Amino acid sequence: MNGRAQVLAAIRHGLGRDALDGDQATPLAARLATPTPNRLPAASRGDRMTLLRRFADKMRRVDATLATVTDFAAVPNAVAERFPETGSARVAPHPDLAPLDWGAVGLQATFGPARGDDPLGVSRAHAGVAESGTLVLCSGPNSPTSLNFLPDRHVVALHADEVVGAYETVWQGLREGATVDGFMPRTVNWITGPSRTADIEQTLYLGIHGPRQLHVLLVGPDLSDLVDGNG
Amino acid sequence: MQPGCHDFPANVQRALVDDDLQAALARTGAGFPKKRLEGIATLPEFDLLRDQATAIRDHVLEHLDWYLERFADQVEALGGTVHWCADADEARDAVLRICKEADAHTVTKGKSMIGEEIAINDHLEAHGITPVETDLGEYIIQLRGETPSHIVAPALHVSRPQVSAAFREHHTGLDRDRPLETPRELLSEARQVLRESFLAADVGITGANMLVAETGTTIIVTNEGNGDLTQTLPRVHVVLASIEKVAPTLEDATTLLRVLARSITGQEQTVYNTFSTGPRRPDDPDGPEAFHVVLLDNGRSRLLGTPAQPILRCIRCGACLGHCPVYGQIGGHAYGWVYSGPMGAALTPGLLGLPEAWHLPQASTLCGRCEAVCPVRIPIPDVLRHWRTESWRQGQPGGPPRRALRAWAWLTRRPRLYHLLSGLSARLLRWRAGSTGTLRRLPGLAGWCATRDLPAPEGKTFLAQWRAQEHDK
Repeated sequence: MNGRAQVLAAIRHGLGRDALDGDQATPLAARLATPTPNRLPAASRGDRMTLLRRFADKMRRVDATLATVTDFAAVPNAVAERFPETGSARVAPHPDLAPLDWGAVGLQATFGPARGDDPLGVSRAHAGVAESGTLVLCSGPNSPTSLNFLPDRHVVALHADEVVGAYETVWQGLREGATVDGFMPRTVNWITGPSRTADIEQTLYLGIHGPRQLHVLLVGPDLSDLVDGNG
Repeated sequence: MQPGCHDFPANVQRALVDDDLQAALARTGAGFPKKRLEGIATLPEFDLLRDQATAIRDHVLEHLDWYLERFADQVEALGGTVHWCADADEARDAVLRICKEADAHTVTKGKSMIGEEIAINDHLEAHGITPVETDLGEYIIQLRGETPSHIVAPALHVSRPQVSAAFREHHTGLDRDRPLETPRELLSEARQVLRESFLAADVGITGANMLVAETGTTIIVTNEGNGDLTQTLPRVHVVLASIEKVAPTLEDATTLLRVLARSITGQEQTVYNTFSTGPRRPDDPDGPEAFHVVLLDNGRSRLLGTPAQPILRCIRCGACLGHCPVYGQIGGHAYGWVYSGPMGAALTPGLLGLPEAWHLPQASTLCGRCEAVCPVRIPIPDVLRHWRTESWRQGQPGGPPRRALRAWAWLTRRPRLYHLLSGLSARLLRWRAGSTGTLRRLPGLAGWCATRDLPAPEGKTFLAQWRAQEHDK
């Protein structure tokens, strides 16, 4: 008996039954075919500005910083303003970021997955979740996963229209974009704040293996009253 | 990992007089309960979500074979490989085979309790492969040659000076006179040293907090980002997971994630929740070329259909450890194996058998705090009582405790004799105590009395006093 058959037989023996037959499996298959959200917290609901405010507020609570810009063209300048001492940036090869004029603000930009010693990485998020101030990044040709973890400082650009209330909205959106390979990219990262550890005497310190600082650039024309000047 | 649960009483003796450990436990103290309360305060729906999380886990266990097959089919459809392993030996061999096929010299590891369960580091080292733990806590205890003392905070028992000493001893390539005292200095050094391992590793091994049947996705939850570097940079990603970890859909996994971190660190979400589905796609700029999932049973299927089944709902948050008065006194190592605290006492007898682990379910006051804080409402005291009953059937405890319990059982089934004897002994103890009101010595209980005095009874039993009061009315 191969490993699979052996483990499955042991499980069925424990449960005191044979493999499920077609009728028994039908409701289970339906559960997988049409996934439905369980209870969504009230914190995941609200109109656009409520959700954006909550997103910004929750991000600050997890020690991320946030600034707003009116369009993607303003991203290089915002990066240089936030990290003036950084001369170079490793940038995701994303159509919203790669064509920008990084040199004009004194940043030497290169594009692609992170290398071991990049001081700064710039990524393009797939979505933001207001409920907990969480960024969602999906791996793909325009979004190397290593950029989210290797650089010392991580800047994530995100359009305000991409901020949703609940994680479940993101899953449903991904499903609607399914291809023959399914809808899940190799890696989906939920990122809620910069890297941290409490492994030394149970005291929390920021910045261990992942980025020591996380800065979010929220892009949109109407966000000026979202951030009270603290960036 | 060689179990030492049978040495539990001796382990406890050592733990109670270990000053470093007692200082660490005192430092941790009420930290976790406080953080949990702050965390659940951000989610008014917390209790309702706990009910749903419990229902999801129960539903999966009842249909575990079906969901595991869907999970495995999905992994394979995307070009991943699933290795079904009945026991620890099979899992060790599966991991070694993968590493050899990849011609691996260095392996980085994210935190994995299954890795501890199958002692994968020892196995790889014995075959010339260097495993490097990358979770800071796991790295510290790897340097110190120890095992985790907490399922979430593995180096909870280690002090800052001890971390510093371990780094100085093992990081021999660095300046001997470097400052290495502050947490910032320790963190920077760990970051620098482990970064080289991340970049050099051929294979990355992580655990899995959950498996998603719908998509063939594995999920890891970390605050450091070490698990992500472990699984993104090397050519091969190996996931170690036990069979009960499945969630049907991404939505179900999401509900479980809403209650997981809150229950232990109080975070709404852990910093990095990572969903991995198959190997890298053809046009991905990074990620592993190969994706393996090692599925381990190792005794879990034997718990299905028994009164211990609810312990398989566990999502390893660690809340029960942080709230347990026994764990709070003795720490994790005394439990003698991978899992400690209430969930360890409930799970370990099922995986290792009662002859090895029968002591663990005895070490509980059954106060129920573990059940009260469990995000999936595992009735841990009931499971512990189940193991006590089973171990009694198998002859443990033996000797004087067994004879005493037998005598007690015999007596309680004879109420008249019981009342007669309890009335007599209440008066006798009262008389022996004299004017002090306490008993410093009791026949046959010298050990117990060495550190304790027994307050003397009032002289009349409760029932005698009750009857007297009823009579007065």
